[in-house]
Amino acid sequence: MNATISFDSVLHVVLALVGVAVFVGLNGLLLVYAERKVAGFIQRRPGPYEVGPQGILQAVADALKLIGKQLVRPDRADPLLFWMAPVLAFFPVLLLFLPIPFSPLLTGWDVNLGLLLILAFAGFNVLALLLAGWGSNNKYGLLGAARAVAQSVAYEIPLLLAVLAIAFQEGTLSLSAIVGGQGGMPWQWNIAVQPLAFLIFFVSALGETNRAPFDLPEAESELTAGFHTEYSGMGFGMFFLAEYANMIVACSVCTVLFLGGWKGPFLDGAWWFLAKVYGLLLTMMWFRWTYPRVRFDQLLNLNWRWLLPLGVLNLLATAFVMKL
Amino acid sequence: MHSTETLRSHGTACPATSADGGCTDDQIAGDGYTCRFEQGARPESLILNMGPQHPSTHGVLRVLLELDGEYIVRAEPVLGYLHRMHEKMAEVKTPAQFMPNMGRVDYLHALAWNWAYVGAVEKLAGIEIPERAEYLRVITCELNRISSHLLWWGAYLLDLGAFTPIMYAFDDREMLLDLLQLMTGSRLTYSSFRFGGVYTDAGPAFVQGVRQFIPHLRSRLPMYTALVTENIILRRRIEEVGVIPQDMVTRYGASGPVARGSGIAYDVRRAEPYSVYDRFDYEIPVRHEECSMARYMVRMAEIEQSLRIIEQAIESLPEGEHMHPKAPKPSFKLPAGESYFAVEGARGKIGVWIASDGGKTPYRVKLRAPGFSNLALFAECARGTLLADAVAILGSLDMVIPEIDR
Amino acid sequence: MASIFRTLADLWSLVVGLGITGKEFCKPGVTVHYPRAEVTPEAAASFRGPIELIGLDKDPAKPKCIACMLCVSACPSNCIAVTRAPTPKPTPEELKAMAEAEARGEKPKKPAPPKAPGTWTYDFSLCSLCGSCVEVCPVDSIGFSHDIYMVGTRREDFVFDQLARLARKAAARKAEPKKAAPEAASAPAPAPETAATPASEA
Repeated sequence: MNATISFDSVLHVVLALVGVAVFVGLNGLLLVYAERKVAGFIQRRPGPYEVGPQGILQAVADALKLIGKQLVRPDRADPLLFWMAPVLAFFPVLLLFLPIPFSPLLTGWDVNLGLLLILAFAGFNVLALLLAGWGSNNKYGLLGAARAVAQSVAYEIPLLLAVLAIAFQEGTLSLSAIVGGQGGMPWQWNIAVQPLAFLIFFVSALGETNRAPFDLPEAESELTAGFHTEYSGMGFGMFFLAEYANMIVACSVCTVLFLGGWKGPFLDGAWWFLAKVYGLLLTMMWFRWTYPRVRFDQLLNLNWRWLLPLGVLNLLATAFVMKL
Repeated sequence: MHSTETLRSHGTACPATSADGGCTDDQIAGDGYTCRFEQGARPESLILNMGPQHPSTHGVLRVLLELDGEYIVRAEPVLGYLHRMHEKMAEVKTPAQFMPNMGRVDYLHALAWNWAYVGAVEKLAGIEIPERAEYLRVITCELNRISSHLLWWGAYLLDLGAFTPIMYAFDDREMLLDLLQLMTGSRLTYSSFRFGGVYTDAGPAFVQGVRQFIPHLRSRLPMYTALVTENIILRRRIEEVGVIPQDMVTRYGASGPVARGSGIAYDVRRAEPYSVYDRFDYEIPVRHEECSMARYMVRMAEIEQSLRIIEQAIESLPEGEHMHPKAPKPSFKLPAGESYFAVEGARGKIGVWIASDGGKTPYRVKLRAPGFSNLALFAECARGTLLADAVAILGSLDMVIPEIDR
Repeated sequence: MASIFRTLADLWSLVVGLGITGKEFCKPGVTVHYPRAEVTPEAAASFRGPIELIGLDKDPAKPKCIACMLCVSACPSNCIAVTRAPTPKPTPEELKAMAEAEARGEKPKKPAPPKAPGTWTYDFSLCSLCGSCVEVCPVDSIGFSHDIYMVGTRREDFVFDQLARLARKAAARKAEPKKAAPEAASAPAPAPETAATPASEA
């Protein structure tokens, strides 16, 4: 990459950021709608049905409601931390979209350390959850925050190990290059070579994004709403949006690393990428509406006793094969 | 007069305990319960107020917890948020007027309470019941037991974070409610049993509906097992969690699935047979694991056994009256004396004791709610478990708060 | 080794769970979309709705009620209030007869109050639908309605003047066949009265 920062490249990044913000906003609405429809159909209900045809405008109505609501801060909550948390949860996520290659042409910032950038900025989410739980002066929030930190820190490690296995194999940290190293047919994707890494990555991604069955920081039957108990209106809305944005990032990275990115059996392009991402997102929703929640010690046991050793073994095996 | 002043100071700052650091500003300050619930010996424990509005306390139960991290050092259930003075109401209403209350004590197994009260009055006044009415009571009461267990099943999984099973359970429960509506006219707070019979006779629609429902539910149960019972996440969540040894069961007087999950084969239907239960062939499911999973399995097996009872009862349903011709008028007077009648509810032994001095209204009525005793052991059982386990234990006790508070 | 197989079997249960929810996903929904679909009148027929008076066979606008007050005393929640119809003013002939009787030193024969209610109000907001009044009524003048979609925004919406309600229902029933007759050829039969009666008409 050229070291000089030209006006063009800055403009490109700014445009990409705006595009990403729009993308995340629209996808948030779409995913909320999809999630509720999936839940409805799994439970033999219609899901949202009344606002617009087939309830398609329900998410818009909910978003407007959230925007219109009063922002309430509990008495004795720390105002700075309390309001910083949702902002910190949402805005770093936008950066995560920059290096993701939707297609060869549609890449915000094709940087050769893209993978590292994503993993680094993803860490902000933990900080936001911690601030939210700590700053809201609520015991449930505090417990939720404590859970969030322990969980995110733990699940980052197997996630990294799975990513490293691919990076070893491809010899690069650039996402475009990783896609370039894969073919169009499903058996040419990395998932065919590294199924274990894919499994570890996907399970860890569920843990990282606090999705069921690992949604412990907001486990509603135990902690009412966990770290965002005290948030109302858009304060809650930002966390909500950030959660869905994080899901999209996790599924996008998964697509890039394991499912051949924008490549398909025919007509390569962004549509393949989006189709794969949405397939993974729907699977995440399917999980959520099927399984009970795990307990916190089990969550950590799963990580330290299974995912981590398996990840290490997988990495060693990959390195060994690469050496040969 | 010191009332308002002390209450106010007590309510905000807890002066009695704040000096020694027991109940400081940071702790939930408020009512007397909170102030008496002082912090224990551990300096870094957290006092958490779970309820009365909390997603997994099913209504308005409040549990005060002292937590060390997420481990529970102490737990104390606080009752009384739904106290409606049912026992007092029984003293000012005639027996017939009190009947509707019995549908509202335990709204999930209302017919068992109907039966307990009706049985006590019939025993005291020597009222006879036609055989057909006995069979209809058995059928509706067992249908009601199934609907209670189905709802518990769904709600328990909701506690454990699975959202979907409750919808499947409600799908089946809806058919049950349709059937029970045919017999009782309502869908939840039944008031259907009468002194000397039942309110409505079973028509062909009801008999036909029950016959169709039995195979339907039997075909659904394997799906329940595959989706939930065998799910590894669920099993890890509730196996060996909330162990209630037999000795604890007897000390607290727990009954129903809680006792049977701990290996105590006590079921009022078998131990003190009432009505026509001795004519049917069914088993009392007992598990010896003593954990939440055992109680879960007992309830799932009870659904099957209830289906067996209903099947036999509906096939041998005798012809005849649904009300005894000599059934008393609503304005009848109870003779002086006492009587006690116990039935097996979905949550355990339901007992009603009536003392009458021969007046228009009973002198005293005591309602024995199984949930009260079952909840009482929670404090001991939850000690040392995780917060998530406490939710799993609380759910496995199958509480109905209106029944506990009465 | 055995523990690994057990773990795999355990994990398989997760796949089975996904299979079940996936299958249910493809099945049609079971929800009744309320404003577009309603519970069938047959299903509502056994439902105990707010009680209503039952009219005489020959004059459906007049209740069978004989104002015996048994329902009022049987009701556990005091939601029924009945008054007797006022005693009619004695006619001049009766007045004369009474005066004559008094003159003779006999007890004058006053006109008896009619065996019919003057007012019959029912507070549904207090009612627990136990059916005591229905059972106790000696002339079967009380029955359950099947209005399952009853709504109201004020407490007073649920205090019914049952005599007026009965008269209105009788009038509606009278008007119905006439109105429906010409349409009968083209339109399907009118919905049974139980489902068609809006709650607000009370």
